[in-house]
Amino acid sequence: MRIKRNLTQILTAAIFILPGLVLFLTFIVGPMLYSFRISFYDWKIVNPAQSIWVGTDNYVRALTNPIFQRAALNTLVYALVTVPGQMIIGLIVAILLNQDIRNRGFFRVVYYLPVITSWVIVSLLFEYMFSGQAGLVNYILRDVLHIIPKNILWLADPVLTFVPIHLLGIWKGVGWTAIIFLAGLQEIPEQLYEAAEVDGASPLDRFRSITVPLLRPTILFLLVVLTIGALNAYISNLLITNGGNPLDKTHFILTLMYTATFNRLDFGYGSAISYLLTMIVFVISVVQIRLLRQRVEF
Amino acid sequence: MGLKQQRRRSKIITYTLLFMGVAIVFIPFWYMFVTSLKPQAYIFEMPPRLWTQQPTLSNYTTALGKDLFGLYFLNSLVVAVVTTISTVLVSSLLAYAFARLKFPGKEWLFYLFLLGMMIPPVMLIIPQFIIAKHLDLLDKLGGLVVVYITMNLSMQTFLLRGFFEGIPKDLEDAALIDGASQWSIFWKVVIPLSRPGLSVVTIFTFLYAWDEFPWAHVAIKETTRRTLPIAIALFQSQHLTEWGQVFAASIVALIPVVVVFAVFQRYFIRGISTTGLKG
Repeated sequence: MRIKRNLTQILTAAIFILPGLVLFLTFIVGPMLYSFRISFYDWKIVNPAQSIWVGTDNYVRALTNPIFQRAALNTLVYALVTVPGQMIIGLIVAILLNQDIRNRGFFRVVYYLPVITSWVIVSLLFEYMFSGQAGLVNYILRDVLHIIPKNILWLADPVLTFVPIHLLGIWKGVGWTAIIFLAGLQEIPEQLYEAAEVDGASPLDRFRSITVPLLRPTILFLLVVLTIGALNAYISNLLITNGGNPLDKTHFILTLMYTATFNRLDFGYGSAISYLLTMIVFVISVVQIRLLRQRVEF
Repeated sequence: MGLKQQRRRSKIITYTLLFMGVAIVFIPFWYMFVTSLKPQAYIFEMPPRLWTQQPTLSNYTTALGKDLFGLYFLNSLVVAVVTTISTVLVSSLLAYAFARLKFPGKEWLFYLFLLGMMIPPVMLIIPQFIIAKHLDLLDKLGGLVVVYITMNLSMQTFLLRGFFEGIPKDLEDAALIDGASQWSIFWKVVIPLSRPGLSVVTIFTFLYAWDEFPWAHVAIKETTRRTLPIAIALFQSQHLTEWGQVFAASIVALIPVVVVFAVFQRYFIRGISTTGLKG
């Protein structure tokens, strides 16, 4: 009797679970393990049976390759610029939206527009605005504001090309960050601010001793999620630098993975790079969570 | 008096900053729109203008007619709609199992699915490409759909499980006592009560599938199977200077996004706030 009931339970559950489980095993768990295996081979995509075991060679090749090192540096700098950029501006926008204002819905929609626009479209848009000869940005800087004496060739320089890429990363992400912050701000009881005001605390004091500590979980969440996002950045770089131009100096880790794999068909090397990135992401997330958790306990 | 003045001043500052932000966000979009209406001769005009004296729709007619963007739009729509419907179905089935059913290995399975939220998606592209090749799914819209469903599965299941758990259990218990099966409770009690949650899943999945680039970029080589993001990117790389057409296609690609967002804005904001933080 009991066995029969258990069996019906399992059969019922199977109907609910199987479709998702099959997809999940086929396209996520399977690939993860498969890719791990590939990363230790000189993998032949046309005839996998001819693949040659090379041990950790792909990993060593990546880590000792100046192009990979440069790509890793570019990726880290991108995270270091765009994550604080999005968080600071996002917090300011959230605080402004949290005031007693009319048309909050309108502002929310406008600020969210870049978030829902595809990366492809906004990347091309920034590429056009930053073009060297008749670009809008050069025109504003040179002829309107007179900050620069002559046109800057943003997209031809291995360092300057990151200006549009970084600005785009911030511009596109602020709306989401602001909405998450806004949700956090709205959870803070109004009475706390009122009490502090009665006690004579200045707005800055109130921000420091009420807003920031109570937003700490939100800050932690955003820090981790935005950092993961930044380390996985890929489309803007691929389109704006056309895959690492000039001289393979402008890659992100993932654009390098992409060119290695799909242009040079070096699947083992590409897999090793993606595992290296995953490890970097994992380590950084764990460190961030540890550091901020500890502080909350004080 | 002093306080009132102070309030007014802070209000002016608030609105000034907010509208500055609106300008920074909006001007690039406006510039894109204006450029899409400029004749080719004005694409690199100096000084670059934020308006055009001779607006023309020729970029739209060329892009949509000659360059197959109509077909790409249709491909994107089919992929996004099928992905969305399937994801809602598959993830709500899973979520219900995790929220309400009893079966061995439940916790273990749940953590396995959670793992899916932590994997950087692009890291899976290489093996997904190889597996799709074996399953003969490359160069097929179906190959896009199955991967898109899977990539959304963890997040949406997690989200819906939260919604389902919030439904009062008495309703289901009453139905169970009346002899209803779990299957019919799921369809007749739980699903109708979960509209807000299902709307959030719908919007997020639709936008994801509509905008997705990395997987489509590697999985589709056949011209007629392209979706809009890859078509736009490839078009630009082949016609370096025809920005008018690039942006005409981009504006067309943006329309469904803006419509979906405008219609579901309420659910959307709530979805972000609740899933972002408490999900």
